[in-house]
Amino acid sequence: MTETGDPGQQSWRQLGILPAIEYWIATVQGFWAASAETNSYMEASGKAEQELEKIEQQIVQLESAAGDNQEAHRQLAMLQEQVANLRKQVTAAMGPWQRTELARHPQRPYMLDWVELMFTDWSELHGDRRFGDDPALVCGMAKFHGEDVLVIGHQKGRDVKQRVHRNFGQANPEGYRKAMRLMRLAEKFNRPIFTFVDTQGAYPGLGAEERGQAEAIAYNLREMAKLTVPVIVTVTGEGGSGGALAIAIGDRVLMLENSVYSVISPEGCASIMWRDSTKRELAAQALRITAPDMMEMGIIDAIVPEPPGGAHRDYQGAAAALDAVLQTNLAELKKLTVQQLLDGRYNKFRKMAQFFTEE
Amino acid sequence: MSWFKRQSQDFDTSGERKVKTEGLWVKCDQCRQIIWKKDLEENLHVCPKCDKHFRIDARTRLAQLFDNGEYTMEDGNLSSTDPLKFTDLKPYAARLKAAQKQTGLKDAIINARGLILGKPVIISAMEYSFIGGSMGAVVGETITRAIEKATKERIPIIIISASGGARMMEGTISLMTLAKISAALARLDQAGMPFISVLTDPTTGGVTASFAMLGDLNIGEPGALIGFAGPRVIEQTIRQKLPEGFQRSEFLLEHGMLDAVVHRRDLKNYIARAFEFMAVRKQGA
Ligand SMILES: [Zn+2]
Repeated sequence: MTETGDPGQQSWRQLGILPAIEYWIATVQGFWAASAETNSYMEASGKAEQELEKIEQQIVQLESAAGDNQEAHRQLAMLQEQVANLRKQVTAAMGPWQRTELARHPQRPYMLDWVELMFTDWSELHGDRRFGDDPALVCGMAKFHGEDVLVIGHQKGRDVKQRVHRNFGQANPEGYRKAMRLMRLAEKFNRPIFTFVDTQGAYPGLGAEERGQAEAIAYNLREMAKLTVPVIVTVTGEGGSGGALAIAIGDRVLMLENSVYSVISPEGCASIMWRDSTKRELAAQALRITAPDMMEMGIIDAIVPEPPGGAHRDYQGAAAALDAVLQTNLAELKKLTVQQLLDGRYNKFRKMAQFFTEE
Repeated sequence: MSWFKRQSQDFDTSGERKVKTEGLWVKCDQCRQIIWKKDLEENLHVCPKCDKHFRIDARTRLAQLFDNGEYTMEDGNLSSTDPLKFTDLKPYAARLKAAQKQTGLKDAIINARGLILGKPVIISAMEYSFIGGSMGAVVGETITRAIEKATKERIPIIIISASGGARMMEGTISLMTLAKISAALARLDQAGMPFISVLTDPTTGGVTASFAMLGDLNIGEPGALIGFAGPRVIEQTIRQKLPEGFQRSEFLLEHGMLDAVVHRRDLKNYIARAFEFMAVRKQGA
């Protein structure tokens, strides 16, 4: 640490807080390294994350306390970088269950946040013209770097009231039918479609069954395969089974680094296969639901990196990374003819799930 | 949505709880009638007293539908590679092996070709006794091949569903089979070729939420459980008991999801009649 003659900076340094924080970070690092060896990644990463969160809160408080003391800010920035590096290590080694928790993080950017961060001229479009409007699945017109596009996505609620209003992002049939109606609109006027997937699944309710939840999803799966405009899908949080897939048939399927994509929730799988819902960590592991898993199995086209610690820590950073990937992919797709687009989409899904032998 | 369940835990809708003492007699779950097995078979596995439709395996189904019970099997050599190396209380590989031994099939599906009232038809029939008829990579690929053949060769297709949904042990791969099959159905549809979906007991989860609901006609067997979410999942979600008959064929008919509920003895003629109706393509297709 540099010593300067400034008494103000000296006294600030002498508070002993900065070395204490440095020591704190080192402790977390030591703990992390040790438990990484003993094979208990899952608990270790959870604990390390918790500690790093506390450290970061301290740093933020000190930032404001430091006023115009440049040396203090410089030192705090260094500490911040240490935290970020450690967080990167922890995230990289994070287990699928922690990943699931991150994908479900209550502060994670939701569909309407992405709209706010990456699009302009948003205006929401409502209703399926058959039964109602589903606030769990939001659709609207927007501009993406000046170009007119349709945006569709599951919207979870941030607080209790919103969560109830949005049905926790679990859509009913009218949500999927609204999405299809508007995808047809986009097709009619040759506008690209962006979808953002973030749901634990389609709503398993009585009314949903009566109104044909299965048919609504099935219809979208078939009809999205026919759309003559580019469709770019991003799994931003939870890609929960059929309820996710019903807006996820696209020319490109992207996943945020800490999102998950699964046929069933780890809890659901655990309670069926282990007859014990607390075995969710085992189930998360067995199901292989992370973005790298999807990449390896040929289910997605790209992983979009998130800021250290996850998208919820830095909305702007997360959006900047996603925005760049969306722009590149849209530009590529716009070069294709309609027939190339349709053939490409068909072959993409046709070639999936080729996990069999044929003797 | 893929609510594959252990069969032992399954609430039994098949009525196939056998009376062990004789082996020649079966007790109907619905009306408690004791039925001589041979009588049941002759009645297409439908209770002569109460019309309860017992579950039947894929081969029995095919024999009932095709002329003279004759058909050729195709695409039967595909076998899962256990892509996730999935293990819960028991390895998936062991479950697969046991199911293969028990059914004599490689997976929960049979593609078959034959004649129905003299006209060529392709049928893809699911086998419920193979891991709950669940759909993984093999079922997905096999059904897709049947659809592609129907499209290319211009032959009408029937898919007979009997499934708990996507196969959990193949994770997201099994989910992607919904997309793959539905895309193939999009092409079949655009080619103006007919597809009849027959939903039998039970048809739920990802199977219902993809091809089973996409028929030009969706036909249910009487009393079949058909739904998206499993009844128990719904009960847990809404915290109330479900009404009597909920998610049965008749319920779906009433709610506009099925074109008809057809008795097993009438199914073949019904299908032949429907294909006759759908034999003329729209111009340009
Ligand atoms: Zn009976």
